[in-house]
Amino acid sequence: MSISIENMTKSFGGTPVLRGIDLTVESGELVALLGPSGSGKTTLLKIIAGLEWPDAGALDVHGTDWLRLAAQDRRIGFVFQHYALFPHMSVRDNIAFGLSVRPRATRPPKAQIAAKVDELLQFLQITHLGERYPVQLSGGQRQRVALGRALAIEPSILLLDEPFGALDAAVRRDLRAWLRDVHDQTGSTTIFVTHDQEEAFELADRVVVMGDGRIEQIGNADQIHDHPASPFVARFMGATVELPVTLNAGRAEAPGLDASRLPRRALPDGPATLFLRPADITPQADPNGRWQVARCDSNGAILRIDLRDGDSTIPVDLPRRAPQAAALTRGARVTLRPEAGAIFPAPRGAPAPITPVEHRKEKAI
Amino acid sequence: MSTAAIKPKRVLPGFSLSLGTTLLYVALIILIPVIALILKGAEIGPGQFWSIVTSPRTLAALRVTVTAAVAATIFNAFYGLLMAWVLTRYDFPGRRILDALMDIPFALPTAVAGISLTALYSANGWFGGPLQATGIELVYTLGGVALAMAFTSTPFVVRAIQPVLEDLDPALEQAALTLGARPFAIFRRVVLPAILPAWLAGSTVAFARSLGEFGAVVFIAGNLPFKTEIAALLAYIRLEEYDYQGAAAIALVLLMLALLVLVFSNLLQLRAARHLEIRR
Repeated sequence: MSISIENMTKSFGGTPVLRGIDLTVESGELVALLGPSGSGKTTLLKIIAGLEWPDAGALDVHGTDWLRLAAQDRRIGFVFQHYALFPHMSVRDNIAFGLSVRPRATRPPKAQIAAKVDELLQFLQITHLGERYPVQLSGGQRQRVALGRALAIEPSILLLDEPFGALDAAVRRDLRAWLRDVHDQTGSTTIFVTHDQEEAFELADRVVVMGDGRIEQIGNADQIHDHPASPFVARFMGATVELPVTLNAGRAEAPGLDASRLPRRALPDGPATLFLRPADITPQADPNGRWQVARCDSNGAILRIDLRDGDSTIPVDLPRRAPQAAALTRGARVTLRPEAGAIFPAPRGAPAPITPVEHRKEKAI
Repeated sequence: MSTAAIKPKRVLPGFSLSLGTTLLYVALIILIPVIALILKGAEIGPGQFWSIVTSPRTLAALRVTVTAAVAATIFNAFYGLLMAWVLTRYDFPGRRILDALMDIPFALPTAVAGISLTALYSANGWFGGPLQATGIELVYTLGGVALAMAFTSTPFVVRAIQPVLEDLDPALEQAALTLGARPFAIFRRVVLPAILPAWLAGSTVAFARSLGEFGAVVFIAGNLPFKTEIAALLAYIRLEEYDYQGAAAIALVLLMLALLVLVFSNLLQLRAARHLEIRR
């Protein structure tokens, strides 16, 4: 089932949470809504589910106006962040709920419901848990039951809110691969919400990056990683170094900066900001360099280096075995050579950025 | 190496002091009076006990008490549930005031409640007149007894359900919604099982309280023997007549009734909450 969302807005008590969303999801696609908390991604998911209603806009699914349909009539599978399993029902009864709750006229016979539950328990690899209650299950098991309950009604669309948010890292990785299988086997259209980039990029066909109620960019991992569409996406993708530069014939120029590895950009000359990831910066030893190594810590594989120029500090991550590494002792002077980066013209009328800001979170000692 | 056993220290201090105080209090205020009552009843001997309890007047008083208490409790169970629902689920101007009003039956001296109910429902009262015109009489009838009992025991049901409803995860109802459940099905299959233990507990306490309600009832009941005389009042009358044994026998029956109800309700609650008891 294809989903089409047009110009959707929503605010809670005067605070806008969606500021005009346009999005089309193709039938059978697996899409991630990625963004920091407060970006409106969960609200968008709940509107598709019928648990929230937009102030304006259109929601069309396969040619039907879903804003005229109650949640009960949309036949969607929704998996809640904390699973929302019914605590007083066994796993079997939880999974059967969507079938057994139907009015008598459309309810399948008991034996058929039981067969469906058996099939799902098998499919979810939890046959041994059927008689247990939710309190007796681990997080990963609850997640599987929640998905089983959603799949029992053979939903046209599967929606998952932070599906792996409450699980530990190992279980997360397992379930991620498993969810991909489930999606491929059921062939349903799936949308999930996450704030975890790795999760979004690894699992989804397409990632929708949201920020502050808007869609900032839609694409796959490489597109979003290499060509962020806005400063917001660049920052969200880990470009924590923001360097004021001047654009000249499509090249970024700044004192002590060697931008030869960056491709020319078709941007007008003038002030701009260069967004860099700490791992994309190679410091080059240079006695007359603008920056000085203020700190250099190793975690075994990577050197975490702080470069200082006056009050501003730039964090750099360099492989410990890189040829440049040996020269980078404390106090050494360097110039910067970015291997990759994103450039955005400075907003018109805004004061030129003065100093790059220290964004890396310091570990408390 | 010494092999002395390790004596674990308690993490929370003050265990002996707090438990001691609690036990002393329970003994003084609850256990000793109850034991005295039982001993007093035991003095009578089974034969006489039986003849007091099965005397027509006692039986009539017990029947009036239990009938009125059952009626009051059924009313309160539903009204209290509705009230708790309204107070937790909707936000409206005056909600907090309504919430505070719920406690008035607790705070009001029951005799005061009885007098105002009598004044309101008597033939020349605000409600009594119109009601009498339609043929309904409450003052000096069994209905009046039930009304007084219902008035004093409403908060037990409301206050038992309210916190449970407030803590109920809204995602549960949303999940049921996405699975196609209609509002009534959501209530019956998701909300009700969650609040059932608290509902039973609140209703039981309301029932036990109604069995023993005295102050509010005696004014509106009229206390006609065999018609509107409640058991607690009969016990009081026996005391006034210096018939301590008769009073103790009636009181014992009330006590046993209340205990029975509490045990029954606890069993029901355990059953309703059995899924929470199971652990790996």
